[in-house]
Amino acid sequence: MQTKHPGASPGDVLERHIDAWRGHLRRSRAITAADATELEDHLREQISSLTEQGLSEDEAFLVAVKRMGAVDDLTREFAHEHSERLWKQLVLSGDGDEDEATRSGGHGRTLWTALALAVAAAVAVKVPGLFGIEFDGVDPFYPRNISFFTLPFIVAYFAWERPLSGVARWWLAGVFVLAAAAVNAFPFSSLPTGTADTEVLTILHLPIALWLAVGVAYVGGAWRRSEARMDFLRFTGELLIYYVLIALGGGVLIALSFALFQAIAVDVEPLVEGWILPCGAVGATVVAAWLVEAKQSVIENMAPVLARVFIPLFTLVLLTFVVTMAVTGRGIDVEREILIAVDLLLVVVFGLLVYSISAREPLAATGFFDWIQLTLVGTTLLVDVLALWAIGSRISDFGFTPNRLAALGMNVVLLVNLAGSAFLYLRFLRGSGSVSRLWAWQTTYLYVIAGWASVVAFVFPPLFGYA
Amino acid sequence: MVFIHRREPNQAAGAAPPSMSINKDLVAASSTPMVLAILAEGDSYGYAILQRVRELSGGELEWTDGMLYPVLHRLERAGLVESRWEKAESGRRRKYYRITAVGREQLAEERRQWRAVDQALRRIWSAMTGGPGAAGHAVFIPQTS
Repeated sequence: MQTKHPGASPGDVLERHIDAWRGHLRRSRAITAADATELEDHLREQISSLTEQGLSEDEAFLVAVKRMGAVDDLTREFAHEHSERLWKQLVLSGDGDEDEATRSGGHGRTLWTALALAVAAAVAVKVPGLFGIEFDGVDPFYPRNISFFTLPFIVAYFAWERPLSGVARWWLAGVFVLAAAAVNAFPFSSLPTGTADTEVLTILHLPIALWLAVGVAYVGGAWRRSEARMDFLRFTGELLIYYVLIALGGGVLIALSFALFQAIAVDVEPLVEGWILPCGAVGATVVAAWLVEAKQSVIENMAPVLARVFIPLFTLVLLTFVVTMAVTGRGIDVEREILIAVDLLLVVVFGLLVYSISAREPLAATGFFDWIQLTLVGTTLLVDVLALWAIGSRISDFGFTPNRLAALGMNVVLLVNLAGSAFLYLRFLRGSGSVSRLWAWQTTYLYVIAGWASVVAFVFPPLFGYA
Repeated sequence: MVFIHRREPNQAAGAAPPSMSINKDLVAASSTPMVLAILAEGDSYGYAILQRVRELSGGELEWTDGMLYPVLHRLERAGLVESRWEKAESGRRRKYYRITAVGREQLAEERRQWRAVDQALRRIWSAMTGGPGAAGHAVFIPQTS
């Protein structure tokens, strides 16, 4: 930004200088867009006054910046005066970034939309109770339908907030209605020992498949753009974190109410288990979705931060694991659970990688951390291949149950994703690729993941006779 | 008897102009009445306020330009001034400040205090023989106990 381009007029150079200076200011959280505008106005006035006195634009800029004071001192002074900005207060204030507030039309309206939908979800989750269906841990009705008590409300929230075409709305509604009809019409065999395997698989994969529909609503129909899908991935990570935080808060609330009411010998357990817990759990999804949006660009995204913290640790553990295996000569003991364990490892590494690169500055130089990341992916691939090798030789002994096939399928899906990521990452580190290629790969892969999840959720049950 | 050494202005050696410049603490202490008084003359904005400060002090009150804004924001938060955005003749958005009724009360109070300090100093200056500059870099204060 600071270099002069040949042929650029002096005015352009000055504008670039001012832009760079403003960008420098804005890096501090203590200085809002409004403050930067105020300071920029001052700077420009000073520059024009100095140029009138005969200074060149370059000189005037330097003098004006010098008089303004070192940016570090300035930001420190602002931080001192506005310390609350460093601890961004939780929503509802409307204070702070005035530019942002005017752009989004304020948080007030969206808050009421979100609250109304949260209440609607809470009511919906109690409706089956009118027909005698209880959440008792025996009837798998609720686990099977949990997606339909949460996702449509998140979709409705975004459909309400975003410019979504009428056609897209009908499509989304159709998808949910069809999916709900299918999973509830499937004649799953009810076993005396518990829920049928294929039903458990459907329960596990249905939310993943339908999450894509939430994505379509989230990006307001601009699903074909890779950046939009990336935003949706970021949203997903933040949503999970907010939901966990809300759940923790809810847990404290429930524990406290138990303790309080116990003191006056009133049993609140039926109320808590029958109402507060289920209604709170589904309502919180919409509230979490709203929170992520409301806090977007106000506080740092948490998922990338967590990813950066854990990537070196996971890398260390996996490297130690591989080295130990090599030194002791122990092969992987093929247990039935090994596939699940390896799948979980792949999911975690996939998440770490996605959230780490989602926050990567595309133009930043490659560094040590990139190599750690690549090492993590490489080691994971190695461990996975070793595990698959060990399983492959024994798979005929175990036979192809739906569970095993689903686990193997997910493994292959994630393995291909990580292999592709490793390849693109390596190319990027060698200077012949770009981060956006990596993003495009990850975001396009959402289709594959959702596709496989749909197959398991909807094709497996009839394929394996609903057993 | 105690000798109290006068504090040097907090400036990096060599960076400051050799002319007399006012102690940073004094600048900070006078900033509130100065800004309030200038705004009492009429609504204004950051750059113009600074120009007025230079004019009034003959260039001796040297403020780092940027530091004015945290001061203005502090006064605004305390309710002594209020701000509004307007379009300047340059077409840029500019933030104007106006003194409030509370601000005027505060200004009157500041004025009373500064006058008291000023009067006390004047008395001691005139009581001292040889004028204020004679003590050089040390101020002579008689011990009271």
